[in-house]
Amino acid sequence: MSELFTLIVELEDKPGQLLKVLEPIARNGGNIVGIFHQRGKKTPLNRIPVEISFRAESKKAEKIIEELQKEVLVRRFGKLRTAVISLLLIGHVIHTDLSDTIKRVDNSDAECVELNVTMPELNEPSTAMITITAKSEEALERALERVKEICQEKKIMVIEPINDEI
Amino acid sequence: MIKIAIIGFGTVGQGVAELLVSKKKEIEKKVGEFKVVAIADLTGSISGEFSLEEVIEFRKRTGRLPNNRNAIEIAENEDYDVMIEVTTTRLDESGIAYMKTALNKGANVITSNKSIAVDFNGLMKLAEKKNAKLMYEATVGGVMPIIRLLNSYLALCDILGVRGILNGTCNYILTRMEEEKLPYNQILSEAQEMGIAEANPKADVEGIDAGIKLVILANTIGIPAKFEDIEITGINNITPQAFSVAMAKGYTIRLIAEASKRSLKVSPRLVPLNSPLAIKGTMNAAMIKTDTAGDIFVAGRGAGKFETATAILSDLYELFRTR
Ligand SMILES: NC(=O)c1ccc[n+]([C@@H]2O[C@H](COP(=O)([O-])OP(=O)(O)OC[C@H]3O[C@@H](n4cnc5c(N)ncnc54)[C@H](OP(=O)(O)O)[C@@H]3O)[C@@H](O)[C@H]2O)c1
Repeated sequence: MSELFTLIVELEDKPGQLLKVLEPIARNGGNIVGIFHQRGKKTPLNRIPVEISFRAESKKAEKIIEELQKEVLVRRFGKLRTAVISLLLIGHVIHTDLSDTIKRVDNSDAECVELNVTMPELNEPSTAMITITAKSEEALERALERVKEICQEKKIMVIEPINDEI
Repeated sequence: MIKIAIIGFGTVGQGVAELLVSKKKEIEKKVGEFKVVAIADLTGSISGEFSLEEVIEFRKRTGRLPNNRNAIEIAENEDYDVMIEVTTTRLDESGIAYMKTALNKGANVITSNKSIAVDFNGLMKLAEKKNAKLMYEATVGGVMPIIRLLNSYLALCDILGVRGILNGTCNYILTRMEEEKLPYNQILSEAQEMGIAEANPKADVEGIDAGIKLVILANTIGIPAKFEDIEITGINNITPQAFSVAMAKGYTIRLIAEASKRSLKVSPRLVPLNSPLAIKGTMNAAMIKTDTAGDIFVAGRGAGKFETATAILSDLYELFRTR
């Protein structure tokens, strides 16, 4: 299963440096999610810290880091939120107080990070896609159980993805 | 000489008989000589000396079989090496009575009848005790070769789990909803008009048919599941909007039957659009997770007269292959 990683590298302030970082990530099947230059935070050696987040399988991420360490200065590396799941909810999602649903799912270990809702026609069921991230697979599992419980109570159908684990 | 009794003479039974006639030469080359010695269903029976071709024609023309001896009598008293049991699936003991009769006599059974889900273990034990075999490739996924794949090719693997699309009617409806974004009810009536969905579609769209097949699959991989153990959700509440929202995130929706040590369920699931399980139309498919062989994917037609009959002939070959 692919996970979200984040790393901070220090790059020299000249052209072509970023490519040295992005190329090994892409070559090893990583998916770049975000790049953030911290231009204002130049280091004493005049390097620019750049924060990069990418999605990859754990093993591949290790390989990526190994390769990067040969090319550039890696200051920090870690897993971001480790677990992610997207769920489709069908039913009277809005009439049953969507914000209440989300509030009850969120806690210190897991949170809804993305929400897509289609507006229903009058009295018709609506659809929402929610994405939840959590600090660990276990925390995600618990969040998923909470979603299912709440949705059962509110008579909303939950459609789960098929993931790698059965 | 292999003596065959056919119990149940509807779509599948007649399909088997027609192939036994049209492919007689090829079949005999591979399994040796055979003869159909008896046929029975609820309309009547035939046994003794008869021409298979003429009986097929008679059943088509008159809608029945010529004699009055009933199927139980035939199953008990005729002398046969293998019973092809292709009667209607019933979720009680009556559905497997003929099979038990055959096995008790030490005869092999080949079936497309999903009733075996009612007492899978009991049937297998009986077969073993009587030194006979019960073959059931056609019960799950029609002609998709999943039972043989699990029981034979992957016999030395640890099967971590199976996920399958086991109901062609549901898959057709979901595919059409995905492509046309039309409401469920409209697609269902279209499917009924085309003969893809039955007049009473309950067993299919509520996931019951897939659930019964999942019981058979689970038992095949060593999980002693009963129908009551399966958590079942059907497709009748899926909306076209659900497809729009899912597809924007790279998913489609399919009715997935899933069996593993952790999970026994049939439910609509988000399936990545690039997954082989995002298969279209009436096709059946399955993804098998193994310990040493990674993932294995199979697909094939889940129903149809000659497709199902082909699976039955494959079992016949497996039982009697001469080399
Ligand atoms: N059709 C497919 O594509 C397909 C695919 C996979 C599995 N299957 C399974 O294969 C089996 C046969 O399907 P089918 O499509 O051939 O069904 P069908 O056309 O309805 O034929 C069923 C046959 O069984 C006979 N029958 C029913 N109950 C009986 C009983 N108690 N004793 C003796 N005969 C009995 C029927 O006799 P009457 O005509 O007198 O009622 C008929 O001849 C079913 O269990 C089905 O679930 C079918």
